[in-house]
Amino acid sequence: MSLTLSITEIDATGIYYKELNQQIRKAVSDGTRKIVLKNVTGQRYIGTNLHDAADLDTLKQLEIEIHGTPGNDLGMFLDGPTITIHGNVMDGSGNTMNRGRIIAHGRAGDITGFSARGGEIFIRDNAGYRVGIHMKEYGDKRPVMVIGGATQDFLGEYMAGGVVIIMGLTLKHGESHYCSHVGTGMHGGAIFMRGNIAPHQIGTGVGMPELSDGDIALLDKYIEEYGAIFNIDVSKISPMDFTKLAPLSVRPYKQLYAY
Amino acid sequence: MRDLERINNPYNEDKVLAACSIFGMMDVSGRPFSGEPVFRAMENMHDRGNGLGGGFAVYGLYPDFPEHYALHLMYNNQAARYETEQFLEQRFIVERSEEIPTRKTDGIDNEPLVYRYFVMPKISKNLEVSEEDFVVERVLRINSEIDGAFVFSSGRNMGVFKGVGFPEEIARYFRLEDYKGYIWTSHGRFPTNSQAWWGGAHPFSMLDWTVVHNGELSSYGANRAWLETVGYKCTMFTDTEVLAYAMDLIMRRQGLPPEIFARIVAPPLWEEIDRMSADDRELHTALRSVYGGLLMNGPFSIVIANRKQMIAVTDRIRLRPLTAASKGDMLYFSSEEASIRLVSPELDEVWTPMGGVPVIGQLGCMPTPEESTKRQYATVEVA
Repeated sequence: MSLTLSITEIDATGIYYKELNQQIRKAVSDGTRKIVLKNVTGQRYIGTNLHDAADLDTLKQLEIEIHGTPGNDLGMFLDGPTITIHGNVMDGSGNTMNRGRIIAHGRAGDITGFSARGGEIFIRDNAGYRVGIHMKEYGDKRPVMVIGGATQDFLGEYMAGGVVIIMGLTLKHGESHYCSHVGTGMHGGAIFMRGNIAPHQIGTGVGMPELSDGDIALLDKYIEEYGAIFNIDVSKISPMDFTKLAPLSVRPYKQLYAY
Repeated sequence: MRDLERINNPYNEDKVLAACSIFGMMDVSGRPFSGEPVFRAMENMHDRGNGLGGGFAVYGLYPDFPEHYALHLMYNNQAARYETEQFLEQRFIVERSEEIPTRKTDGIDNEPLVYRYFVMPKISKNLEVSEEDFVVERVLRINSEIDGAFVFSSGRNMGVFKGVGFPEEIARYFRLEDYKGYIWTSHGRFPTNSQAWWGGAHPFSMLDWTVVHNGELSSYGANRAWLETVGYKCTMFTDTEVLAYAMDLIMRRQGLPPEIFARIVAPPLWEEIDRMSADDRELHTALRSVYGGLLMNGPFSIVIANRKQMIAVTDRIRLRPLTAASKGDMLYFSSEEASIRLVSPELDEVWTPMGGVPVIGQLGCMPTPEESTKRQYATVEVA
């Protein structure tokens, strides 16, 4: 299979989501390495279902650049490509994504990273409710989500794996996080939060263990990455500013189940 | 018995991609504008509905009759119309009556007759009742007692237009491009557990107050039982009507502010109340005790409007989407940010309010994100 370095530009004005996604698939199978979408207004599922259009190595090199506001479930089941959004994203970005990257130069809606099982999500500003709900990991598949600002309630709800890093950059000096029920039902993975968070904001069964060396290395890596992606000075941000939240038990509700 | 499965899923698809759409737009300076951006915004969220209900509330559209009650009526037949018109003539001075202009529109069928009446109540001096309560009582009587007649709008200098169809079709059907208003709210419906009929489309209204609702109220039975003890009759076969009556009771009749309304229908959890200052704890405990039957359970996001305000609020754990935005004097609420961006690509602010915390747009006052993106319980002044 031969690859060209062509760029395909698609004006999404007035195009229904099914057709837009078909055009993306066709461009990928025709050998495009970069797709630029202009005037996107709410079309759903952008970036999904590309596995028939190219092999995995090709998809890992594919870039999708979005101008406008993509619709819900952006990058659903994403498997390899990098999606960059010059603006905000709505609900469910990265739903069940497997590999690849979603980078939003703006804010994100609810359930960002919903059920993600691999890949990376970077949100420059704040995000909504239930960020990281049902994230999971297995073996070397470990999704990582970095939110530059803060989130609303139920962050990491039912989280079973993966890493969520909340940078807290939109909080004023000394201001506490405003989310509650953080990690409710969580039984795997870790949430790292920079900024004050009180015990009553955290769900039952979630503890605050010390940072390990591995945690510090991970935070160092992603703080730097966040700064580089969004061109934001992160030199004053230290891994030691973060509180780690992790489940106290891998099966916190085992008493509730009947065998 | 209606086949609800067939109604809700006419093409028998294995998965229906829908969740209701709501949209609101208000010029807080009070300048009327065409609804064209609202129609486009709703059309952009077409897939959230399934064509079984669409509607609009428009404020400031009857400048020639600003103080008359504009009654919008649906009739199943002419007999219902004659009976209703006799009823109205006896109780109101009917300044003008006319058929509401409509046009034949693809996708709209089985349409009822639609009429409007600009009326003033005939209240005898020895009747101790406010003008508004007089109108409400007559509206409820028409809806429950006259077969085949339904009042779907009863406010002053405002009107509701709704029916079975997609919202953009309903806009074409009612020729809404001919109207201007300073507040427009709209709804695209995907009925989940109640019937699709013309009166059951949103907005629901009571006098000047309207509500559009995405979600469902699983507490409908409890709310209805409570509301019936204070004189409301639930006649519309759909959960949203309890919201309309709660709104009427709390904000119109009792004159409580929208912040209090939000804390009644979407109250803070008891554990949050326990952490409040003594004053706030007393207030919220009292609200939950007095208005316990109006706690609305289940997922919802709603946009409420009256002649001075446009208010959005979600359930307390935000199980339905809502985005707010502002640009100059224009305030936007939407199920999806993309629809706001479609009609106003550049925005001053765009934000997601916390569950149960209302965003309140008022004539002369644009809300800021700070007021609703963080949960805070400063005591609300209750007059």
